[in-house]
Amino acid sequence: MWALSEAGTGDLNSRVVIVGAGHAGGSAAAFLRQYGHVGPIVLIGDEPLLPYQRPPLSKAWLKGEADAESLQLKPDSWYEEAGVSLRLGGTVVSLNRGAKTVTLSSGEHLPYDYLILATGARARALPIPGADLAGVLALRSAADAEALKGALGPGKRLAVVGGGYVGLEAAASARALGGHVTIIEREPRVLARVACETLSNFFQDYHGARGVTFELNAGVAGFEGAEGHVTGVKLSDGQVVACDAALVGVGAIPNEELARDAGLDCTNGVVVDIEARTADPFVFAIGDVTHRPLPLYDRQFRLESVPNALEQAKQAAAAIAGRPMPPHEIPWFWSDQYDLKLQIAGLPFDADRQVVRGDVAAAKFAVFHLKGDLVQAVEAVNAPPEFMAGKQLIAKRTPVSIEKLANPTISMKEVAA
Amino acid sequence: MAKITYIEHDGTDHVIDVKPGLTVMEGAVKNNVPGIDADCGGACACATCHVYVDDAWLPKTGDKSAMEESMLDFAENVEPNSRLSCQIKVSDALDGLVVRLPESQH
Repeated sequence: MWALSEAGTGDLNSRVVIVGAGHAGGSAAAFLRQYGHVGPIVLIGDEPLLPYQRPPLSKAWLKGEADAESLQLKPDSWYEEAGVSLRLGGTVVSLNRGAKTVTLSSGEHLPYDYLILATGARARALPIPGADLAGVLALRSAADAEALKGALGPGKRLAVVGGGYVGLEAAASARALGGHVTIIEREPRVLARVACETLSNFFQDYHGARGVTFELNAGVAGFEGAEGHVTGVKLSDGQVVACDAALVGVGAIPNEELARDAGLDCTNGVVVDIEARTADPFVFAIGDVTHRPLPLYDRQFRLESVPNALEQAKQAAAAIAGRPMPPHEIPWFWSDQYDLKLQIAGLPFDADRQVVRGDVAAAKFAVFHLKGDLVQAVEAVNAPPEFMAGKQLIAKRTPVSIEKLANPTISMKEVAA
Repeated sequence: MAKITYIEHDGTDHVIDVKPGLTVMEGAVKNNVPGIDADCGGACACATCHVYVDDAWLPKTGDKSAMEESMLDFAENVEPNSRLSCQIKVSDALDGLVVRLPESQH
């Protein structure tokens, strides 16, 4: 069904190799087929699993509300039907751009016409004593989530190192399962790098009211253990937070080594253009591993999100299939914790003022970040209209009335009109 | 299995057997129907799984939650029969369901 046509020269017949079978890589294969690409596609992943959704790992999956099958992007049968050839449990050890081949750990050489790097990012490890004890966990993959799930339950004590989204989501799930949670954060507030102070304080209070304890301004000196298993997290001031397991969520590092070794430009991620192409016209990079242009904000940045993975998967697939580029999207993110739905659109670059709309105490509000009277970003808690309208305002670049924006009795339709 | 027909904006139709318990969105995504991206995987956070439900089927697809209502309020090309397909659970009662996809998602 997907055999090369006799002509065999068009881009739709090209041979595409995708390195990385995560959300980005799996989606690129799917979009190529949607766009009429009929040439061979090889999808290589280092995990022994078909592409799956990672966001639920810290939420529904951890709480036992989703199973492995429901997390899969496509069912097993799709790959054969779509003619996508899989190399799961294998890694690419080298890329030869001159010969247009990649070499797998098995020794197999795969030629390509177009290469898509979708190697993602890995959890940053803490180089401190005890980090290799059993029970010191990360949360990035299904295997990680499986290990963490085993450590949660009624009365179980979880120490979370790092008050970022992964840590907060896992904390909410651990509490839902009846466990005790302490979040240890180096900065004076949680979400310090990724959210404004209003949001940080709100989330800390919300978690605190649901039994999570916090150690802020706290450095971590090491992990303590007994018989090879973690028993506590030792803080810089000497205090020990006793635990049955420790989750380290202190950011991610892009898996850019393959690209860098092949001479491609990397700066906190593989540098790509607005079509997800590297400086090599036959090599694309997509998803968490990329350092990509953000035209709206006039800068390059590395994003870690599913919408980013999908947007760039579409760009690479459209470029290879010779389709018009999809429209640029506003970066956006979401997080579910307890009964809270956090939706964020845009990034607060160059913002010079914040407008809070709604009632923080009632857990229904949004923080708008503006540059003059232009909305740069919005962080919305249980406030979908603010998120949706905010996203449109960011895209349209039309000035808003600060007075109307700050007044929740005036609808977002009117504010955005 | 419930037979669901997804009709793309250009008229291309996809007839798919969807397992009860999945959502109408999942039936599309797992079968690579173009036009339903479902960025958020069904968290009702993105409105990229917008569909029009054939009028005859509207009563059977259930009511919209407040969350879905307010997401749809700001989606593009919204009609009275607009739904977010991640919020419609498939059951045997939906065997034969027809949904159309909006232009804005393609």
